[in-house]
Amino acid sequence: MAYSGFRLIREALTGHKGWKPAWRDPEPQAHYDVVVVGGGGHGLATAHYLAKNFGKTRIAVLEKGWIGGGNVGRNTTIIRSNYLLPGNEPFYELSLQLWEGLEQDLNYNAMVSQRGIMNLFHTDAQRDAFRRRGNSMILHGSDAELLDREGVKREAPFLNFDNARFPIKGALMHRRGGTVRHDAVAWGYARSADRYGVDIIQNCEVTGFKIENGKIRGVETSRGTIGAEKVGVAVAGSSGKVMSYAGLRLPIESHVLQAFVSEGLKPMIPGVITFGAGHFYVSQSDKGGLVFGGDIDGYNTYAQRGNLPVVEDVCEGGMAIMPMIGRTRLLRMWGGIMDMSMDGSPIIDRTPIEGLYFNGGWCYGGFKATPASGLTFAHLLATGGPHATAEALRFDRFEKGLMIDEKGAGAQPNLH
Amino acid sequence: MIIPHPLLGPRDAQEFVYLGDASLLDRPDWQHPEAGSAYYEYLYLRDNPAGVHRELWFHEQGDRSWLVVTRDTTTHEILSAELASQVALSKEPVR
Repeated sequence: MAYSGFRLIREALTGHKGWKPAWRDPEPQAHYDVVVVGGGGHGLATAHYLAKNFGKTRIAVLEKGWIGGGNVGRNTTIIRSNYLLPGNEPFYELSLQLWEGLEQDLNYNAMVSQRGIMNLFHTDAQRDAFRRRGNSMILHGSDAELLDREGVKREAPFLNFDNARFPIKGALMHRRGGTVRHDAVAWGYARSADRYGVDIIQNCEVTGFKIENGKIRGVETSRGTIGAEKVGVAVAGSSGKVMSYAGLRLPIESHVLQAFVSEGLKPMIPGVITFGAGHFYVSQSDKGGLVFGGDIDGYNTYAQRGNLPVVEDVCEGGMAIMPMIGRTRLLRMWGGIMDMSMDGSPIIDRTPIEGLYFNGGWCYGGFKATPASGLTFAHLLATGGPHATAEALRFDRFEKGLMIDEKGAGAQPNLH
Repeated sequence: MIIPHPLLGPRDAQEFVYLGDASLLDRPDWQHPEAGSAYYEYLYLRDNPAGVHRELWFHEQGDRSWLVVTRDTTTHEILSAELASQVALSKEPVR
């Protein structure tokens, strides 16, 4: 059932009795051509592009819990293509272009809102680094604009420009960046994949892999064994746990990143503002809540909650740069588990086991990557070779010294 | 999180800096013929368990000792803390 304005009017006139569930709830079959482990944004996007772009049929997406219940529902909804390095920026630019056409592609309103992202800077050295990054972005086909202090004032007059420690000297503005309704991304991809015949199987936890003579044969799940020609694992956050079932150790640690939403306020923050020096970034949702976050807690964890010292640190950062939020009450806070790779960049690659493919290591940047991650992972699963924009996101880059160290830091700042 | 420091008693985790898996104590022998791959595994690969994890914490705001803390990564429960120097001395030299 395609969604449209016409359809909405017809349903409105007939008491909304004609809507159907957005996807089926099928029983797992005994065998599939491709099994995607993980029904998050990346797994569902992979299934969508496998079916749509590569004409694959007999695909299943296995999800431990329910669709949209993992990191795709636990992030701060920001999309952007403002990276520096050649191995990264073309990939994120592809992703942003896919975001721009996503709603038409999926026939689903994901509320893609390109409201702009400002990265604040406070010193000459930071300005030079941001200018370099902006130039790199432009060279890769993205957009960037260096704002001076007055330019930032026009965009966000409420900021504290004369903070004693971090006075605002300007910002790198990325106007095509913005936010997306995160749950709608999961639901939109799920519905689209389902319409192409993909089986989305919820409450189906993978508990092991069936491997014979170094080749994948299927997966063991809480709902029985499911055979597969190829298995793609897209379970970022739990990658270490799931890939250990195949006996693989990864260049990844799992950490928790906290995020926060305030009570609803009148519209006041125009786009996304990041205050990297103070571990704080913020945007305002369409419901009015301030959506903000900071840095990871900094210790290995699979618990989807953090500790209070980081809450204090993030709120201090917010108060330093935006004192007007001092009386705002916090509504909700939560934690999501990050695959922190050792150089801060993701991995989309084959594994030593034939037919088993891996997608993970997204650090705190998985949400914005969802469409490109799905497309390039689908390409890898369908053709066996990497997509042109994801060639650098390999496992062996650590062994070969080809790290994509965007920030010179992975799980720990001291790794490089 | 409260870390039971073996010398100083219970201390807030905020006084500490986290480094990672305690296997980092087992630095490979750089003269070994296979040192390249041993260092690749040592530097980059992690067990990253969901459950009991032995890890290094540095008491930066305290007595500047390194501790090996045993902690459950699914509940944040801290099971024990030992001085890393004691743990290292009790190990066989790495080959």
